[in-house]
Amino acid sequence: MQINKIKTDISEMLSEVFDGATIMVGGFGEAGSPIELLHGLIDNGAKDLTIIANNAGNGKVGLGALIGQRQVKKVICSFARSAKGVTFPELYNNGEIELEVVPQGTLAERIRAAGSGIPAFYTATAVGTPLAIGKEEKVFKGKKYILEEALGADFAFVKADVSDRYGNLTFNKTARNFNPIMCMAAKQSLVQVKKIIEPNLTNPEHVITPGIFVQKVIKIENPIIETNAIEEGIIYP
Amino acid sequence: MKNVSSDNLIRGWDRNIMASKIADDLPHSSYVNLGIGMPELVSQYIKEDREIIYHSENGLLGMGPTPNENEVDLDLINAGKKPVTILPGGSFCHHADSFSMIRGGHIDYCVLGAMEISINGDLANWSTGKGIPAVGGAMDLVAGAKNVFVMTQHLTKEGKPKLVKQCTLPLTGAGVVSRVYSDYAVLDITQKGFKIIELNEEISVEYLQTVTEGKVYQ
Repeated sequence: MQINKIKTDISEMLSEVFDGATIMVGGFGEAGSPIELLHGLIDNGAKDLTIIANNAGNGKVGLGALIGQRQVKKVICSFARSAKGVTFPELYNNGEIELEVVPQGTLAERIRAAGSGIPAFYTATAVGTPLAIGKEEKVFKGKKYILEEALGADFAFVKADVSDRYGNLTFNKTARNFNPIMCMAAKQSLVQVKKIIEPNLTNPEHVITPGIFVQKVIKIENPIIETNAIEEGIIYP
Repeated sequence: MKNVSSDNLIRGWDRNIMASKIADDLPHSSYVNLGIGMPELVSQYIKEDREIIYHSENGLLGMGPTPNENEVDLDLINAGKKPVTILPGGSFCHHADSFSMIRGGHIDYCVLGAMEISINGDLANWSTGKGIPAVGGAMDLVAGAKNVFVMTQHLTKEGKPKLVKQCTLPLTGAGVVSRVYSDYAVLDITQKGFKIIELNEEISVEYLQTVTEGKVYQ
């Protein structure tokens, strides 16, 4: 029997997502954001979610829509402000959603650490700032560092470009961003791709995320383009 | 609404002149990260005697200029989430690698804006303490880049000094700024105070001192 991580039904793919789960969502703004998987999560209905992402969504599609559905209790991100953000600001200003602000590089490194078996690490980022409050400080070679803990998740929702049935992924340009490290840090990585190819066509030298970090893959050939969806006034669901 | 105090202010260098001064101080073959907004102008003033490689923290090394409208690719954006291009010799990487370039001390220069800069090089540029707190990559950049250049107006819109003895706003980093390019002067952060590297032709040292908290010297 052959290994085959390719799925054909989003709701079945997300069936193990549970209330209170911690979910990483790939993307930097809309580039690399797994909009169809997020819409699947709205249909799934899981609530009290903690979302780890760089941003907090735009308009009422994708992550913005999920937050708007009040399925998220907490967002861990570096930059929750956005010109097109509507749902997060509303809930935040009403005190209805928690926010943990993390410097972008510390966020990426905490995720990478979780995926690499590193429970915590020292970094110079944020030393002497409000984001260092409550964190252990230590001096190495005369320079101050703070201790940051690894950040893992139950699930990673990821958008890639191409996969084979083993889950070997390649990405498209800056849509790569957080996606590969989130695949490493989550117990289960759920990936949407535009294209699926036969393994003999996968160039091993070009694989960005090896299949060991990926559990389930679905083909979404023509994903929603967030900018266009917001301009057209599309609201999900 | 007219700002009363601005009537008395001297018109400093415009942002293009400031950008060109920064551009002249970036050595050939530097790896540079330009902050969103005013610092982006710097790339327009690089002289032909040098090649600079631009880093964008969302995983792009070798960033090129804004594309033509018909060449926009929403998967190819900069840290400000605006469409950009990639130049020959450029590369993509994931976020942890991209921030290793910053945090690991591989970026030679970063240029950022400021709300306040203190005499000991503290920088405040991410939060006014109001609204949704959002830091992005600013804290990583100031902690990791080899040289941190600040590009800013010398005074706030209300006419208050941005160069201060001690920052009152939440810090982005402590003791991180190397040099300040304002519309009034180019100043280095030193143990003795703000050292004047270049002074706007219209401005005397005495005047600069009146609009700067903390000692300025030549």
